[in-house]
Amino acid sequence: MAPAETVLTQGAGLKKPEDLTLLHEVAEATAGVSHLEMCIQCGTCGGSCPSAADMDHTPRALFAMLRAGMREEVLRSNTPWICVSCYHCVVRCPQEVHIADVMYTLKSMAIKAKKYTDSKPPDFSQTFVGMVETFGRSFELGLATRFYLTHQPLRLPGMAGMGLGMLTKKRMNLTPNRIKNMDQLTAILEKAKTLELTS
Amino acid sequence: MNKYLFYPGCSMEGSARAYYESLKAIQPALTMELEEIEDWNCCGATEYLSINLIPAYSLIARNLALAAQQKNGTDTVMAPCSACYLNLEKADYYMAERPALGEKVNEALAAGGLHYEPGSVQIRHLVDVIINDIGLETVKSKVVRPLTGLRVAPYLGCMVPRPDFAKRWSDHEHPSELDDLMKALGAEVIDFPMKTSCCGGHMTQIGPETAYELIRRLVAAAEEQGADIMVTMCPMCQMNLDAYQGETNRHFGTNYHMPIVFFTQLMAVAFGIDPKQAGFGLELVSAKDALARIGLKAPEEQKPTPARKKPEGLPMPKPLPKKYASGQTVVEE
Repeated sequence: MAPAETVLTQGAGLKKPEDLTLLHEVAEATAGVSHLEMCIQCGTCGGSCPSAADMDHTPRALFAMLRAGMREEVLRSNTPWICVSCYHCVVRCPQEVHIADVMYTLKSMAIKAKKYTDSKPPDFSQTFVGMVETFGRSFELGLATRFYLTHQPLRLPGMAGMGLGMLTKKRMNLTPNRIKNMDQLTAILEKAKTLELTS
Repeated sequence: MNKYLFYPGCSMEGSARAYYESLKAIQPALTMELEEIEDWNCCGATEYLSINLIPAYSLIARNLALAAQQKNGTDTVMAPCSACYLNLEKADYYMAERPALGEKVNEALAAGGLHYEPGSVQIRHLVDVIINDIGLETVKSKVVRPLTGLRVAPYLGCMVPRPDFAKRWSDHEHPSELDDLMKALGAEVIDFPMKTSCCGGHMTQIGPETAYELIRRLVAAAEEQGADIMVTMCPMCQMNLDAYQGETNRHFGTNYHMPIVFFTQLMAVAFGIDPKQAGFGLELVSAKDALARIGLKAPEEQKPTPARKKPEGLPMPKPLPKKYASGQTVVEE
């Protein structure tokens, strides 16, 4: 049930009551103070975005959809997954919306609700995180082999030369580096997984 | 002597080895003391944040807590990697901006006997400390082999000048710091319009076509401007533009050859350090021609070990002896 103040009663000319539950939910789950409610739909974000051409909705449209409570469409959108975290939109946004961080929130919400439409990006993140949770450090070779074999085996032949170059130039370690106090990190992460960000 | 708590980041030990080696090579000349944060862990790059918020920030904050504990004549954490720099800065900033986040992260840290008070350490990037602590005059005084005639495109990437929570950079989109540093080495610096445009980040892995286009724009712009070489301060940028330039060329049918190295590598050769010791030769798009412009020879290319070649390998049919070659039946006497 939505908190009372997020639901505006149906007024003249409104087909259904305005419901800001989704907007609040996203803002609350975003790391800093998102300023999401301040979006004035100017479109500076989409206009600044280097990868907007590959997005199904520009960030501006996505934020309007959040406000309209279109949960399903928002969580199925590829926009957060195409975001390259370049922060062009963030520094240009006249309303100081933490756009890139909102994208991270939407990604984690889509993962939790299993709404993403392409499994590559979440699996890549999950594989990366798995390495970090095991060794405390990232492990590029393990990540690359596991991810490519699962998701893009056809891309491998074309990349063989590059991979061989990285290995012979010793730019990829054959074995993972581990931190010493893995127990401490595990304890911290296990505890952290039981916690959620609320206001 | 300027002292820093040093957070190298995972790439420095792998794909960005050239960055680490050249940094170590120039460190004495810069009178910079680096004390590595004891048992630091991965910052989570851009991946953990999309999975689970509190663990992602707790992962970053463990490093901040360790650094704050280790404070030893300095409270500045220096990170040379852009993603690490941003993550550390972000955790520090958001933990203060959103006290609820700070509390939850500290609740998690407590499970490992740690605590971090936002603001206890300063987080700074290598370029920032070189320019603002060590100073361009010191850098100039160490140059024995000026990079005269070398046309350099300075490429900072995204995550250092943006979002720049601590307001340390001259501009979000066209900062002059890296240009100034390269000029101090005597290089001819191109006013590179795409100096903070995105390299594609992790899209080279998960959405290559998005990444190829971003890589193409950068490499094409550098080439159109007549750059001999691009310099970067970010392991991810270097990896994408260097290791994926070949794939990008194949994708578009182009033939770009734009070497990209770390700014520390050019500092090292300008300081008279041997190119090999400066990490040259580790790039996949060879910087040989660029080095030649300043009268330096690139280190010998390390060839992949050839496949095992024994004169007698697998038992394959051998050519017939001559006497059988005609195809006639030969009666053995």
